[in-house]
Amino acid sequence: MSADPSSTGCTTLLEATDLELWRGERRLFNQLSFSLGPGELLHITGANGCGKTSLLRVLCGLTLPETGEVSWRGAKVMRNRADFHAEMTYIGHRESLKGELSAAENLSFDLRLRRDVSDADIDQALHRVGLTAARDVMARGLSAGQKRRVSLARALACRARLWVLDEPYTNLDVAGRDFVDQMMTEHLADDGLVLLVAHQSHGVSGGRIRQLEMS
Amino acid sequence: MDVPGLGQAFLLQISRDMRLAFRHLGQLANPLMFFIMVTTLFPLALNPSPQLLEAIAPGVVWVAALLASLLASESLFRQDVDDGTMEQLALSPQPLALMLLAKTSAHWLMTGLPLVLISPIVAYGLFLPSNAVPVTMGALALATPILSLIGGMMAALTVGLRRGGGLLSLLILPIAMPVLIFGARATDLAMTGMASVGAIYLLAALLLLALSLAPFAMAAAMRISLD
Amino acid sequence: MWKFIHKLGSPPHFYRLSVRLTPWFGWAAAILITAGTLGGLYLAPPDYQQGEGFRIIYVHVPSASMSMFVYVNMAIAAAVGLIWRIKLAHAVAAAAAPIGASFTFLALATGSIWAKPMWGTWWVWDARLTSELVLLFLYFGYMALRAAVDDENRADRASALLAIIGVINIPIIKYSVEWWNTLHQPATISKMGKPAMDGDMLTWLLMNIFGFMCFFIAVLLIRTRAEVIRRSRDQKWLKQALGAA
Repeated sequence: MSADPSSTGCTTLLEATDLELWRGERRLFNQLSFSLGPGELLHITGANGCGKTSLLRVLCGLTLPETGEVSWRGAKVMRNRADFHAEMTYIGHRESLKGELSAAENLSFDLRLRRDVSDADIDQALHRVGLTAARDVMARGLSAGQKRRVSLARALACRARLWVLDEPYTNLDVAGRDFVDQMMTEHLADDGLVLLVAHQSHGVSGGRIRQLEMS
Repeated sequence: MDVPGLGQAFLLQISRDMRLAFRHLGQLANPLMFFIMVTTLFPLALNPSPQLLEAIAPGVVWVAALLASLLASESLFRQDVDDGTMEQLALSPQPLALMLLAKTSAHWLMTGLPLVLISPIVAYGLFLPSNAVPVTMGALALATPILSLIGGMMAALTVGLRRGGGLLSLLILPIAMPVLIFGARATDLAMTGMASVGAIYLLAALLLLALSLAPFAMAAAMRISLD
Repeated sequence: MWKFIHKLGSPPHFYRLSVRLTPWFGWAAAILITAGTLGGLYLAPPDYQQGEGFRIIYVHVPSASMSMFVYVNMAIAAAVGLIWRIKLAHAVAAAAAPIGASFTFLALATGSIWAKPMWGTWWVWDARLTSELVLLFLYFGYMALRAAVDDENRADRASALLAIIGVINIPIIKYSVEWWNTLHQPATISKMGKPAMDGDMLTWLLMNIFGFMCFFIAVLLIRTRAEVIRRSRDQKWLKQALGAA
């Protein structure tokens, strides 16, 4: 398991040290370390079932590793959850939407927990992902692609520093995939950080792109 | 970034859950219907004479309330964990303990409070003397939140399990026993015209204990379940 | 001091320690229990009120106190495992639970056996027996939760949290059951507590209590060793230790 040597010059915001994780009898990864700074994207690849999603969950603070630490701005994530989560957004496999609430209502709740948003902000976020027409449709009535776009709107509007994206291209058409690439490019240009798990290659340009191949 | 305060987050969560509950009003009625049905089972299974029913009324009302609360706890977190929103809640900058307390409060408003409000009718059917009804309502108003909080803790522990159903009851009942004892006793004392204020105070003490500790236990349990 | 505790948390060290200590506690238990039981059955004077029937107390009281003691131990081990993330503590808690449940069952059975000649029924709803019954449910809940969670790590942590919730609630449950019992106690039935004990009777009781405690420690050491073997089955140190045995 290897990672590119950390880039020189910029400060590191996210630091993973010696992470080890087991799932039942299997050891998924061991002595995994890396650091990530502003404007950097870490592209995590590997075969199915090798622990990419689990690694992302450990980095988010959802899963407890066997040993090792994750730090954000030098503070251990497990001890400073609120601060870390305030600057981070996660898109997982599930869309995390309440079926009986509309796209706008879902977005409104998720964002209002993090910062003050106006209805105009919500509308703008939905407009960016092309869901203005579906604004008041109940989430369970949206297509898979539309649901994914709501998640993207959430990630965009959160104004988080660190994006943790687990297969963000799922259910999106070509235009959608291009949009995700564009989103990430802009985020990196804005000194943001991205942790990306994606089967296919991404079309992100600019920023420092590093690879982590898991076996 | 200025994260909204605790009070605001609490209200946001409660209002979201209430809005969701109102869009699904049918489901809310289940614990309430269960409560009423269980209390009708006893007259059906036994001799429906007023003397017998009056004697067992405190026990029947309180056992039924406990069972209804047990039934309601099953669905407290399951939906949110299944659709992934619990995960997002665990990743929000707001304390998970507060969010889960808000969810439990909304849950109580939708399942516990109706029970308290319908208790006079149920009490009438069981020939519970009317002088005992206000005390029973007050005791239920204290006890049902405690049961919601206990149910919340155990639900958070078992929400990830596939075959968790019966286990939830086994976990809740021993911890809920004191609530049953003090509550039934309050009704009993009120029936005989004696002061039930001691039992009420004990219930209030349990509620305070539950309010202060249960949210943290729920959050810890939920993080373990989401692991 | 910290080094001692730290070493204790290491499975190989615990394994060796348990192999060495078990015979001591085992023999101590055998001697104390035999002496205590024989003394209680033959040498102690019969009780003024209850006659010979009270002798079951020499088994009932130690089992009841052990059932509580084991739960507290289990909860402490669980808390240590949860807070400091020491795997061995979780193994101890897992090993202790069935022992505690057995003591609880024994307390209930002997309580039942006591009730029959005293009050004519196999079961009485007195405070101690009812509390023991609730304690049995707490043990069952703990073991059931452990069994229901597939991932061992998660099972450890979830059941640890449950044990902590349980131990905080035990005083509340005990108090509420006592309170409930005093209200409904018919005047004629005396409490199923210890009859006033005088020196002669007390020695044998204490001997049995300590004997049961040594028994618990011996069995706990053996069961925890088994847990450690199960959890470390692929590790080198275990193969060496078993090979050397």
